[in-house]
Amino acid sequence: MHLDFSQIDFRYIAEGIYTTLEYTVLAAIFGFLWGAVLSLFKISSIALLKWFAVFYTSIFRGTPLILMISLVYFATPQLTQYDITALQAGVITLGLNSAAYISETIRAGILAVDKGQREAAIALGVPYRQMMLDIIFPQAFKNILPAMVNESIALLKDSALVSTIGALDILRRATIVGANTFLYFEPLIFAALLYYIMVMLLTLAARSLERRLRRSD
Amino acid sequence: MIKVESLSKSFGKQEVLRDISTEVKKGDVVAIIGPSGSGKSTLLRCMNLLEVPTKGKILIDGTDITAKKADVTLVRQKIGMVFQHFHLFPHMTVLENLTYAPVKVKKLAKETARQKARELLGRVGLSDKADVYPSKLSGGQKQRVAIARSLAMEPEIMLFDEPTSALDPEMVKEVLEVMKGLAHTGMTMAIVTHEMGFAREVADRILFLDGGRLIEEAPPEQFFSRPQSERAKQFLEKML
Repeated sequence: MHLDFSQIDFRYIAEGIYTTLEYTVLAAIFGFLWGAVLSLFKISSIALLKWFAVFYTSIFRGTPLILMISLVYFATPQLTQYDITALQAGVITLGLNSAAYISETIRAGILAVDKGQREAAIALGVPYRQMMLDIIFPQAFKNILPAMVNESIALLKDSALVSTIGALDILRRATIVGANTFLYFEPLIFAALLYYIMVMLLTLAARSLERRLRRSD
Repeated sequence: MIKVESLSKSFGKQEVLRDISTEVKKGDVVAIIGPSGSGKSTLLRCMNLLEVPTKGKILIDGTDITAKKADVTLVRQKIGMVFQHFHLFPHMTVLENLTYAPVKVKKLAKETARQKARELLGRVGLSDKADVYPSKLSGGQKQRVAIARSLAMEPEIMLFDEPTSALDPEMVKEVLEVMKGLAHTGMTMAIVTHEMGFAREVADRILFLDGGRLIEEAPPEQFFSRPQSERAKQFLEKML
């Protein structure tokens, strides 16, 4: 067995954290907002919106994510002449994908809020939009927080797929280092460690957030 | 103030209300009683359109709220509702529960709303609970907060849907006291209740429903001592 950690530029790999987080955070925000809208479509009484949201979700469930990323990144210039950047393609695809799954979670969270909450808000004359934003969502959010953490963990790990479209994230940097030094175990195990630590930190942060939200119980 | 004109309501094939006509005048306190499943809650819920009537009309101050172009949200601001299970907003403190709708819906200044809320909490005897969350309150306290929350919108009519049915017996009184106080201020009230003593004491009129029909409508003295219908007699025998 041959191991040589001295040749590995760990700093270079670690700098990929910034890129990985950039993709993850932007995609998470985009995915959450779009997912919330889709969840409203799903509980809406308008058949067309409902149908659209369900069909939309089925597309992302039914295709590999890596294919969608390649499709957006490589086919967009071909179809529109627009030279899409890896960041745009990655954030858009990861966000669209995440929204598909999040919309299911949020939908279930909204439906789990006691129907009396809705009636109380209606009886007070609160308009639909404000009722959803101020009364229903905050309570739904508490219910679905654990599921949302899982989703953002999945998103963080899925973000490694953008290494296939040239983004210099943790994984891509690790493979570059591997290719330069012909040493693969060292950079890849280091990259794995970085992902692991980030996921653990995310889990801890979510736990303390959850504790704070339970304050009113 | 509230005029119900040949109101019917069906859930699918099941008809829960059949051709009900009645009126609640300004300052009236009306108790709606009857066996479970008689449609009394549905009747009440139709009055602020939580249930949409299948047939018939409901006029509030002469405005037909069942008309397609009616501004339902505006109508609801005039009508307060208190539920059996309180439905306080659990993620807001008691004070926030009281100020939320006045600030967000009526656009009242925050400070004004807070002042008003504290006043109302005083009226229901819960001044010391302003900053706690609803989960820390007993059932009776929750219901009193719920009443105060409705009153914060300064409604002209208050609807009560079995306000004491989910309470432990020793908490029923404190809620009924608050409602009695409210009745004395001249508030127009419609109350679905099983508290016969309370209905007899406070109500100006009793509506007795059975099987979705309005069987009898009478002043409490007459209804409780000389009920006209056979069905009401049977019901009262079991209740009293």
